[in-house]
Amino acid sequence: MQKFDAFTGNLAVATAMKQINPDVCAAYPITPSTEIMMIFADFVSNGEVNTELVTVESEHSAMSACIGASLAGGRVMTATSSAGLAYMWELLSVASGLRCSMVLTCVNRALSAPLNIHCDHSDAMGAKDTGWIQIFSENAQEAYDNVIQAVKITEHKDVRLPVMVCVDGFIISHSYEKMQYMEDKEVRDFIGEFNPYRSLLNVEKPETFGAMVLPNYYMEFKRQVREGMEKARRVILDVGNEFGSRFGRYYGYFENYMLDDAEIVFVVMSSAAGTVKHVVKNLRDRGIKAGVLKPRVFRPFPAREIAEALKNSKVICVLDRAETFGAEGGPLYLEIKAALQTAKSSATIISRIFGLGQRDFLPVHVENIYKEMAGYFETGNIKMFDYVNVRD
Amino acid sequence: MSELKSWKEIPEGVVIEEAGNSEEYKTGAWRSFRPIWYKDRCIQCYRCWTFCPDLSILIKEGKVAGINYEYCKGCGICAHECPKKANAIEMVPERT
Repeated sequence: MQKFDAFTGNLAVATAMKQINPDVCAAYPITPSTEIMMIFADFVSNGEVNTELVTVESEHSAMSACIGASLAGGRVMTATSSAGLAYMWELLSVASGLRCSMVLTCVNRALSAPLNIHCDHSDAMGAKDTGWIQIFSENAQEAYDNVIQAVKITEHKDVRLPVMVCVDGFIISHSYEKMQYMEDKEVRDFIGEFNPYRSLLNVEKPETFGAMVLPNYYMEFKRQVREGMEKARRVILDVGNEFGSRFGRYYGYFENYMLDDAEIVFVVMSSAAGTVKHVVKNLRDRGIKAGVLKPRVFRPFPAREIAEALKNSKVICVLDRAETFGAEGGPLYLEIKAALQTAKSSATIISRIFGLGQRDFLPVHVENIYKEMAGYFETGNIKMFDYVNVRD
Repeated sequence: MSELKSWKEIPEGVVIEEAGNSEEYKTGAWRSFRPIWYKDRCIQCYRCWTFCPDLSILIKEGKVAGINYEYCKGCGICAHECPKKANAIEMVPERT
């Protein structure tokens, strides 16, 4: 039996964590994710969960403790943002390389300098190639649903890779919105018991974890991580379908919005997708064939499926809330362009960087990009790369 | 080194499933200095055996009996710890 209530993104994630009741959480506070562990610490103190909450001295230690707890066979969760994720970076590939099951909520925030506590995706994008599964959330509901699904994905025997659930800082983490949530028992039935395949604490059968590997074996272990990532593709779909059949909200790799016959298409992740969908709806009302593709799963990247969904597109604008400084476009743009090249698409694909450090991204900005794209049909000219809402 | 296995044959997550298998990995080739033990100078104080980080001091019938060159990495701790009045271990450059 599901109920509705008002949740911030952080409260949604903390509530999911309470219902999941992990064995170990190790975390260090950083804006805007601090509140998740603050709220969760109340659940621990009030005896609503059995979690061992480890208050470490840094994010580097937080991830180290999570890795140890995961290898010991625990169900492990943590949360961080921005510089906190950057400080964990060394350990992120340790977690994936050692095939740790764990769930990290990354409340997306800009990287310094200049120091900025507000939203962009530069933290998560900096970690995109560390062997973590990455799932992006548009709103509090998706954040809640994704965190619960992430437990099932990370613990699947074919996957055993850590999962990062991304939630836009402040825009989602600190804004209240209506959200539907399950009963504790429904969530616990869905995720089931965790059966770790090994445990560091098994003294009956001692094993060595994290040994050094020389050039003659290193690539074999990395090849295994890729295999886990490949197998995650099916597991993510299966878990999204099972979640939908139980709770009525189905999840796949991405969301299509008015995409079927769309010629002018925006590709955008997370909260900004709501703004773009609003503008596209207005364009449709005017008879314009516009659409939106909102990727949810960034790692593993669903290249083939996205290329198929975009096969009728003529002009595609990929919106990135992260910079790549010197590459042809933003990180999402590069993935989309590669996917469409493989599919031999003839669409024109442009890159637009928006919302860095939570710069406003309003319907008028989407409309301006639309005008550029519409103009391309007449002139054949369009800027391949640009910033949105920056003072020139 | 035993035959190399494919990525499908090795345990996931860099786990070594058997305990105590470091014996299979010979580290003697790492040496750039070789400890030479002089039986006639040795006073059997066991300091070299105590401090050797690799169990490379051989003991036979309760007595120091030499160096295990299959594992000794040539760190020189044994020579450093050997009492000055005995000076029973000397480090000499390993011939390449």
